[in-house]
Amino acid sequence: MSVSDELPPFQRFLDGHRDAVWRFILSSVSRNEAEDCFQETFIAALRAYPRLRADSNLRAWVLTIAHRKALDAHRARARGAVPVADPAAVDGRSAPSAPARDEALWDAVGELPARQRSAVVLRYVADLPHRDIAAAIGCSEEAARRSLHEGLRRLRKVVPA
Amino acid sequence: MNGRAINETRTIEEALRRGSQPRRSGSGEDMSSEREASFKEAREAAGRLAARVAAEGLIDVSYAIAESPFGPLLLATTRRGLVRVAFPEEDVDSVLEGLARGVSPRIVETPRPLDGVRRELDEYFTGRRREFELRLDWTLVGRFGRRVLRVTSEIPYGGVQSYGEVAADAGSPRGSRAAGNALGSNPIPIVIPCHRVLRAGGALGGYGGGVERKRWLLELEGAIASDR
Repeated sequence: MSVSDELPPFQRFLDGHRDAVWRFILSSVSRNEAEDCFQETFIAALRAYPRLRADSNLRAWVLTIAHRKALDAHRARARGAVPVADPAAVDGRSAPSAPARDEALWDAVGELPARQRSAVVLRYVADLPHRDIAAAIGCSEEAARRSLHEGLRRLRKVVPA
Repeated sequence: MNGRAINETRTIEEALRRGSQPRRSGSGEDMSSEREASFKEAREAAGRLAARVAAEGLIDVSYAIAESPFGPLLLATTRRGLVRVAFPEEDVDSVLEGLARGVSPRIVETPRPLDGVRRELDEYFTGRRREFELRLDWTLVGRFGRRVLRVTSEIPYGGVQSYGEVAADAGSPRGSRAAGNALGSNPIPIVIPCHRVLRAGGALGGYGGGVERKRWLLELEGAIASDR
């Protein structure tokens, strides 16, 4: 992360992080929830933006918001509050149409407890270091490592290598 | 941890990475089509976001790039009005950083709020408009600059004034050099017609967008004879 004494113009912030946020969201919620989740993430970021410290880790900060918005989507779905057009999309996340992608594995990622899921997605989709994962999910670096480790262990049980 | 567990962890990690990162094809192609599709989706979602936050009034500065006879101009507006017109040579990032510093970092690229500005500029450049009816935001102009630029705004289409006259009308004890500096840092050129201010005796003097453009504008307005 570049450190500057001034916040970048919001458009540059959006340009710089939209891909990571989009991939994080696609891996965290169903495809038909992804657009709303993306919009809500950046609208929340925009509202808070002028109060942000210029030396903040902007990538971790916006992924923190995305993480919370994904949790909201999961909770809303658990309450049955959100009608979902495609029932098949409810259980798994979007599982993007990657030919190389192991569908069973990504289904299993979707079923991890929220913190473990976010840790795994932030690590392997957003490619964040442990320190930034910790910042994004709001825990210590040690706790982030543990969530990631536990998430991987669970995946190993569910998906035979 | 035994060797097998390490192996399995590696396998899972590799599968996760494989599913989330571009596969390199051997032919030197940089991105898989899946990754490209993801970039495109993110770009489109960001575009919809920009339009939405502008429509909902959540941003402080909207900007757009508009074609002109001078090349692409950067136009920026706030809720109050047009705040910046930047010539093609100006570095876009520097212009945006200046706006972030001087107005607000809540800046988004979205064309709709600039529609009126673009239309009036098009009309002006094609000789169909002699006066702009745009609201202006003077945030980027200091107190002295404001006096100078307001006087400048009153020079009619086709007319010119000297730096000294503008300085005098602005009540400047500092004279024509200070007025020249204020005109040189006009953040809203063309619309605030600093090109209509010349040296005493009629020499063109300087122009932030280059003296050739000053000449072009004055010829468009019929203030000086075309030498072509």
